[in-house]
Amino acid sequence: MISIENLHKSYVTGNNSLHVLKGLNLEIGEGEFVSIMGSSGSGKSTLLNILGVLDDYDKGNYYLSGKRIWGLNETQAAITRNAMIGFIFQSFNLISFKNAMENVALPLYYQKVNRKKRNLIAMEYLDRLGLKDWAHHLPSEMSGGQKQRVAIARALISNPKIILADEPTGALDSQTSLEVMDILKEVNDQGITVIIVTHEHDIAALTKKIIRLKDGVIGEVITNGDLQMYRDRVKQE
Amino acid sequence: MFDVDIWQEIFSTIKKNKLRTFLTGFSVAWGIFMLMVLLGSGNGLSNGVKEQFAENAVNVMWMWTGETSIPFNGLKEGRPVKFNNQDYDFLTTKSKEVEKVSSRYYLPNDILYAYGKEYGSFETSTCYPTLQEMEMIKINSGRFINELDMKEFRKVVVIGDEIRKALFKDEDPIGKYVRIGGVPFYVIGVSKDKKNSDKNRQAYMPFSTAQRIFSGGDRVHTFTVTSKIVQTTEEAEAITDKIRADMSKRHTFDPKDTRAMGSFNMLTQYIRTMKIFQAINLFVWIIGIGTLIAGIVGVSNIMLILVKERTREIGIRKAIGATPFSVISLVLMESVLITTVAGYIGLVMGVGLMELINMGLESATAASGPSNNSFFLNPTVDFKTAVSATLILILSGALAGYLPARKAANVTPIEALRDEN
Repeated sequence: MISIENLHKSYVTGNNSLHVLKGLNLEIGEGEFVSIMGSSGSGKSTLLNILGVLDDYDKGNYYLSGKRIWGLNETQAAITRNAMIGFIFQSFNLISFKNAMENVALPLYYQKVNRKKRNLIAMEYLDRLGLKDWAHHLPSEMSGGQKQRVAIARALISNPKIILADEPTGALDSQTSLEVMDILKEVNDQGITVIIVTHEHDIAALTKKIIRLKDGVIGEVITNGDLQMYRDRVKQE
Repeated sequence: MFDVDIWQEIFSTIKKNKLRTFLTGFSVAWGIFMLMVLLGSGNGLSNGVKEQFAENAVNVMWMWTGETSIPFNGLKEGRPVKFNNQDYDFLTTKSKEVEKVSSRYYLPNDILYAYGKEYGSFETSTCYPTLQEMEMIKINSGRFINELDMKEFRKVVVIGDEIRKALFKDEDPIGKYVRIGGVPFYVIGVSKDKKNSDKNRQAYMPFSTAQRIFSGGDRVHTFTVTSKIVQTTEEAEAITDKIRADMSKRHTFDPKDTRAMGSFNMLTQYIRTMKIFQAINLFVWIIGIGTLIAGIVGVSNIMLILVKERTREIGIRKAIGATPFSVISLVLMESVLITTVAGYIGLVMGVGLMELINMGLESATAASGPSNNSFFLNPTVDFKTAVSATLILILSGALAGYLPARKAANVTPIEALRDEN
């Protein structure tokens, strides 16, 4: 699904060049449930932006679903994002003057689906996430957990191959965080690749593979047996 | 681009910022309102003055004679100068500057018009058929003098409406004989000018008949001529000078001697006046457009703030697949919508105000009767101007939205989403 080879990315500000990703290699298969961890400055946000086709890279290769993502103009990037990727953010990023249903339906608007049809589909997704009764409420009238569920519905509505979640539980209490993780697990069970960027160990422990970034490259990948140990360790903390 | 959704998007943001939208729109509406009021007033003034000119053809010129006041060619001053029928022939056949000519022979001032028991003293304009066009004589019934009347020295007369009222009361004067200085003249027509009542106290008589019956010999008192129409005052003055030079040669007087021969060229005045109005019009447009630009800058400013405020929202939209084009059209359409709607309100109010003033003016004129000296007439904006103003509005809306829209299109989702407001 995702194949990254020798990825380099630097940010240039004035005379300073900050080399963030230094030849990163990464393979994520279809249907994986992965978390990306790393201290701040390790390059995880940069990686997420590149994965999400929000940013370009300097050197290397990034294949998304077999297609190399390189040199896209803004319009092409927007279309790729719309078709392939669902985003979930820490701060939900719902549009404040649109109600839940309209927020969920927005990606379909950019696919030129007509209003009636996309609202119908949006209702379906809201129903699936148990928010049918909240469809006509504005984001400001909802709790954090509800907002994140609306955001998940919005991420799912365009049938993406990948869900990219940037600290999806960062603004939620631990109970709600677990609920959101449950939903993401269900999403993953349907075969959608889910990639979560987080710095919370207990959240990472709920995924099936943990990728640790360190200094612009992969520090370690924890899977299978190691992952179980990791989970036990997290529990003890 | 013109689907329902984009409008819903726009209206939802407008609804969210009612006051701001109103204030922005107001500046545009005010701009276009002022433009319309100024243009309307300019038009009113220009129409009023044009109306003054409308009493005669704009290229008309009058000439009359007197006594020389400057010694010329060894001849001393104080010599009388007199036009005659040979001058008429010269003007009609030889002079290149002159197009149409009408001679006039003055009848005695105290000449009486009589019909039955009614009589009165009226002015008689003796003329050629060409005068009708030159002095814009409007025939109410019957006809004006024609070539045959001239050729056969017919004793016919066209009387003004006031003369008809005074002599004939309710009777139809056409075909009746009115005695002028004791000579019966056949009435062939009635002229009636709605604006200038002085003209209605005049009668028109064939020049040839008048000269013969009232023993004028070949004497001509004044000439009314039209020249070719030119665009500059210099050209108009050149025409006057040439005609004067021709006449001075024929009658031996200094061409600069205005006492020997007086002349008045309407065209010079007309061009001069129209130049002033062109300048006023230009001035009005400059002020109006200036006011409008202030409004546009306001809209642009507001849209910039709006884009700044909506950076995050635009970032979200882009993250979930909004193309730059859709972002640009969102901002641009909102800007165009605000300017067009607000501008149109201003337009309608401006035009409406001028129409109201026009209605007031018209009812005032109707109440006080026709007057000669209203310098303000029909102060309205024509359809063409209103349409071009509307086009300017849409264009300016697009202009106002351009910078903000580009800024919006350049929003990078990463930065927008990082920006915690």
